[in-house]
Amino acid sequence: MTPQSGFMVLAPVIPVRETELRQLLDSMNDGPGRVNPNNALIPFAQFEKLHFARLLILDDNSLQDRAIYSLPGDFPLQFAFLGDIDCEEETFLKELAQRAPEGLRRLFSCCRDFDPGCDLLAWMKRHRSPAIASFVNCRGRTVRRIREEVQLRETLDRYLAEKAATLAQMSPKEIHAKLSEFVAAEKSAGRLTLSGESPTPIAWWVGNALHMICLPLLVLLASPLLLLALPFYLVRLRYLEKTDVEICPKVDMVYSEMLAVAEDHFVTNQYTAFGSRKPGLVRLLTMIGALGVVNYAARHITRAGHLGRIRTIHFARWVFLDGKERMVFFSNYDGSVESYMDDFINKTGFGLNAAFGSAIGYPRTRWLLFDGCADERKFKNFNRRHTIPTQVWYKATAYLGLTAVDLDRNSRIRKGVEKPSMSDAEAREWVALL
Amino acid sequence: MKEADFDYADVQGLVRFGYGHLKSASYSLLRIKNAAAARAWLRGALQSNAVTTAVKASPPPTTALNVAFTASGLKELGLAEVVINGFSNEFIAGMTQESRARQFGDIEENAPSHWTWGYAAKEPHLVVMFFAEKERFDAFVQDSRGAAWKEAFHEIDSLPTADLDGVEPFGFADGISQPEIDWGQQRESKDIQLDYANVVALGEFLLGYRNEYGKFTERPLLEADATTNELLAALDEPGKKDLGRNGTYLVMRQLDQDVHKFWQFIDKQAGGDAAERDKLAAAMVGRKADGDPLVPIRNEPIPGIDEKQASKNQFTFDNDPAGARCPFGAHVRRANPRNADFPERPANTLKKLITILGFGPNRFRYDLMSSVRFHRILRRGREYGPSLKLLEALAPAPPDDPPRGLHFICLNANISRQFEFLQNAWIASSKFSGLSGESDPLLGNRESLPGCPVTDNFTMPGSSSLPRRVSGLPQFVTVRGGAYFFLPSLRALRYFAVVGNA
Repeated sequence: MTPQSGFMVLAPVIPVRETELRQLLDSMNDGPGRVNPNNALIPFAQFEKLHFARLLILDDNSLQDRAIYSLPGDFPLQFAFLGDIDCEEETFLKELAQRAPEGLRRLFSCCRDFDPGCDLLAWMKRHRSPAIASFVNCRGRTVRRIREEVQLRETLDRYLAEKAATLAQMSPKEIHAKLSEFVAAEKSAGRLTLSGESPTPIAWWVGNALHMICLPLLVLLASPLLLLALPFYLVRLRYLEKTDVEICPKVDMVYSEMLAVAEDHFVTNQYTAFGSRKPGLVRLLTMIGALGVVNYAARHITRAGHLGRIRTIHFARWVFLDGKERMVFFSNYDGSVESYMDDFINKTGFGLNAAFGSAIGYPRTRWLLFDGCADERKFKNFNRRHTIPTQVWYKATAYLGLTAVDLDRNSRIRKGVEKPSMSDAEAREWVALL
Repeated sequence: MKEADFDYADVQGLVRFGYGHLKSASYSLLRIKNAAAARAWLRGALQSNAVTTAVKASPPPTTALNVAFTASGLKELGLAEVVINGFSNEFIAGMTQESRARQFGDIEENAPSHWTWGYAAKEPHLVVMFFAEKERFDAFVQDSRGAAWKEAFHEIDSLPTADLDGVEPFGFADGISQPEIDWGQQRESKDIQLDYANVVALGEFLLGYRNEYGKFTERPLLEADATTNELLAALDEPGKKDLGRNGTYLVMRQLDQDVHKFWQFIDKQAGGDAAERDKLAAAMVGRKADGDPLVPIRNEPIPGIDEKQASKNQFTFDNDPAGARCPFGAHVRRANPRNADFPERPANTLKKLITILGFGPNRFRYDLMSSVRFHRILRRGREYGPSLKLLEALAPAPPDDPPRGLHFICLNANISRQFEFLQNAWIASSKFSGLSGESDPLLGNRESLPGCPVTDNFTMPGSSSLPRRVSGLPQFVTVRGGAYFFLPSLRALRYFAVVGNA
């Protein structure tokens, strides 16, 4: 199994070079929201292990909110380049440095402390920005596997159209046998490839297993202490929840339309939300704890294809900035932002509250998990205000037109084809996928 | 509050009635030439009680008139910008904004720039809707317009309607299923609703009341002063006057239906076989021509569906999880999947938790759909153009074939969560409910998307056979116009009638 991971390079922008950087980023697009996958700076399409990538200037619209808590509001603008990949971060950065050195140098030269003579790879590695939590829709589903399964689906579609009359007379089990036979023949004729799983990297496996065991163990060990602190924590949290300020003004139309211009060009959309954490130890611990749980659940517990009840997210991650004072959330989701938010509110409101409730201005929560986003209008206002433009966004051309649910179907079809025999019920369900 | 106690006299009648007994109707799309004259016309209409309210009259009225404004119309009428800004953004921005058009599938042939009304200089400021018994209609329109009309308005278009006797131009019974408004606000706003219900919170259809989330939708709240005296106080902010209360948003779209193309395509697919033709058409619509559902009527009643409606509406798709009776992609299943907050009624808290955490049954289509109660609309549209019998439809269209279609009209309190969500995520989407490569079989524009070349399929799952796939569906419906309007309360109309005079 090839585990997916993410890379992220983050560096402050030189103020006088900001315009130039924005122009460079725009030059990578065919139009707003539509990247040229073969653009001169980073020819994304050449990277076979790349699922999603984005380049953006992290421009925080809500800095003035910090004044409510008398927090300083002057941060340098940061430039971020991140993506989701089928290998380790370092391997991918190496590939980037090899394939697109000039483009990357031009982009990063707009950042502070980038010396034109420096070693690009070493510089990128120095500016890595790890995620505090991340979600992968289906671990092990590589771009290559996706591509092969798309081919399988297309091959089957052609065959089904051709043999419709014959197949219509068959029972699901017979259809399954017939199609499995056909696929086997296509494979042996070399017209179709369905590669097996690559071996799981040992180091990753060990790290993952340790993470799985150690985190609960740590919590268990600390539990007497945690239990002791719990009443104080809860009292304080509840007090904060009751007194913290909500900042959910009506969405600014011009701003929202500026975001919308880059949205809905594809079946999948990008989403970047940026904001500050409420001050204080309780909020800090709450946020770390909540995201720790999200991360642990996403890594070890959730079922493939699911973030709770949500099945439309391909990849997502949370990243802390400025010593955990600010946080960015990145995701790649299917459908429009309205349906994305409705899904979140109606299906996983509690998770949303836990993960974002510590952000300044978030709609009032109750005991961390309740209320909050259940005030739909306030939440949507809050959300749109914190959404920031993503200047460049790339989705692998191998599955540009496919949703996460489409990928799931293709995987199920493939699994079925490779299954030597099926019960009647299984066959019925499988045939319905075609 | 009791349903009977509701202040129906403050609500325009269209919210409660479709005026089905008034067979003639037309919609005047107007631009305001002279704001003072427009206000004078409105004052006159209000003084003579010409604006029909939602009060149930017995016998029912022989004429009815309702009026709704676009955001630019309100501005033209003299409403302050800050007041207009209290309305929802989608209402202010309008239907033709490019990003919206993209979401709705209003591109290429459907693009607003091709519309006969609704775009740029042809964006209406208001629509006046006339309804009357046939023989009274012309005189009624004449009278209602009165002396000030010509001075006040420039008419972009007067959209005629046709009485096709409850059947839309393709030949299917229309307007069968409507949500039941909870006028009495008896229904508790529940965090979780486990069963499909047809009763929907008042706040989903009227501004100023609690919606399905138990919250209030955006609308202008004004300071109490001499000008706003007559307006009702906001229920959630008693110190403020609620301009939206008892009003709602009206979405209008003119949808041209190519009846020849529709039946000729289906006939060709059916190889000329009449039974097969009816079956395919019914599968695409999701109901038979007479309106009968494709899934069996269930025994247990559904809240909000009375005995009279039972034979057409007392059903959900729970008993058709494979879509073998009514395809997932069928128009009515897209427009109202008749589901609840959970995919299958969880028997207990543990089951609920299991579903919430994503560990329900590992089936492909499990839990793909949003809960429909947040996405209901009241439909109030009417047909236009002469009816066409099947045999005529199968013959080639004459060169002077008149246009036919539907003036789609719907009412909702939250355009983005109700109409726009429906149009985007359920009707236009080629990925609805785990489908791939097909949008609404009636309304879809068949345009490709990047990486998604095919959207012109229609899939009919079998119960234990290969799904049957029809491909190459042409575009049957073309959008010819559209706009978002605000359908004000009577109090708000009175406010509009004087506010600009100051």
